[in-house]
Amino acid sequence: MICQRCGQHPATVHVTDVVKKARRAQHICEACARSHQLLPTPDDPAQPLNLPALVQLVFGAVPPGEPPGGVAAALEDLGAGLVCPECGLKYSEFRAEGRIGCPRDYDVFRAALLPLLERIHRHTRYAGKVPKSAGRGGDPLPDLLARLRRAVAGEAYEEAATLRDTIRAQSEGPG
Amino acid sequence: MNLDSLLPHLGEWLQGTGPDADVVVSTRVRLARNLAGYPFITKASPAQKAAIEAKARDALRDAAIEPRLTFVDVAELAALDRQFLVERQLISRELATVLDGPRGVAFDERESVSVMVNEEDHLRLQVLRSGLSLEEAWEVINRVDDALEARLPYAFHEQFGYLTACPTNVGTGMRASVMLHLPALGITKQIEKVFKALQKINLVVRGLYGEGSRASGDLYQISNQVTLGRAEPRVLLEIREVIGMILQYERQARQVLLKERKQPEQDRVARAVGTLVSATMITSEETMELLSAVRLGIHLRLIDDIPPITVNELFIRTQSAHLQKITGKSLGAEERNAARAKYLREKFREFDPR
Repeated sequence: MICQRCGQHPATVHVTDVVKKARRAQHICEACARSHQLLPTPDDPAQPLNLPALVQLVFGAVPPGEPPGGVAAALEDLGAGLVCPECGLKYSEFRAEGRIGCPRDYDVFRAALLPLLERIHRHTRYAGKVPKSAGRGGDPLPDLLARLRRAVAGEAYEEAATLRDTIRAQSEGPG
Repeated sequence: MNLDSLLPHLGEWLQGTGPDADVVVSTRVRLARNLAGYPFITKASPAQKAAIEAKARDALRDAAIEPRLTFVDVAELAALDRQFLVERQLISRELATVLDGPRGVAFDERESVSVMVNEEDHLRLQVLRSGLSLEEAWEVINRVDDALEARLPYAFHEQFGYLTACPTNVGTGMRASVMLHLPALGITKQIEKVFKALQKINLVVRGLYGEGSRASGDLYQISNQVTLGRAEPRVLLEIREVIGMILQYERQARQVLLKERKQPEQDRVARAVGTLVSATMITSEETMELLSAVRLGIHLRLIDDIPPITVNELFIRTQSAHLQKITGKSLGAEERNAARAKYLREKFREFDPR
């Protein structure tokens, strides 16, 4: 796959986001990812992922004709109309009270929650204990995906390839 | 369960023993958990809250939890009993006074493990230990969590971990707090400096009774802020490292006090004991301040005859609900101040401190 930004180098960075049930994927090369601050720079490996830059990339620039408010305004728009089909929590309620209504809200308001979580925790991806039901006993996919991410981050490409094949086999099922 | 049966005892976490007990009063680790398939508490109907409580009760009864936990229905308790549980740190103020509807707490007879049901999250697991004991507290709470998880499907998300009602807890749902007694840093006016440094590394400092409470009696709680992106053992290690530094600062400050102003300190401690042994009315704030001086006096060996556990005992038993239980009647503010002074006089006369 070739980078969708420069159209020259192989795409090694893949960004997927889900907004209002629509999946958007971008495939870009490492150089483009660095230039958009999506990867930590070599001088500062500890620097966390630049979320606003990520959002900017995923959503693109503010469309022409819209007031320039940058990412914040785009996010506000994104959340504004959202209502959880399960618990009925409105985005505005969440913003006003800072409380979440039900587990599903984490997916419904995901795009709006991410910058908030980034600000609170400086991370947006869980690390830690996993319930047995979510690990070995149940759906193995989350665990495999987590291992794949670790393998890629640790540049253990052989292991990553094996995991990728396993995940592919698992998610497509027999036949 | 008649809560009055708890009165003669003291939670094990108040023993005044354990690692670094000269500075560290206690260690607390809590986990926030929610059941899959139910809304969080603010969006739950009374029927849903009742269903959550019933499921939690069954699991708490049937799960292989060591130590054994006894469930107390907080909604049915009198206000005084609820306040009594708050003072013993078994439930939060919110569960006692702010929230309504089906809710409860299960705890063991040593008062080291407690599980609140229908607080901000469906379940709030807590382990309390005396002294600096983060890893041990984590081991215990992790086991309790495993036992409950085997019977209760938790709301868990591949990207976000354990899902919670407030995004500040999502992920591990873990808040580890260490309660420190830092009188010497207070006297030598270095405390602000220490806390500014803490905030930079994402640790939170609070007073004795948690969020928003004022630090009284030189007691401070240090806890982690981040619950997403860092696994539990790493968070505990980070807190441990910071606590290690604060311990060192506090002990240095205590040595400076002993070296440079032993006489005035001795006088301050003796006066504190003098007031505690002779006052006829005393507020809880003043009691906390005086007991803080006594606690420092014990650890600097400026007074003997008073075991450290007594200071902890008096911290707990001179609070409002405990006093009312001890005297066996409901007391107004002035009556409480008189009852508190009477209780302190009697206790201190038992020791006859020099």
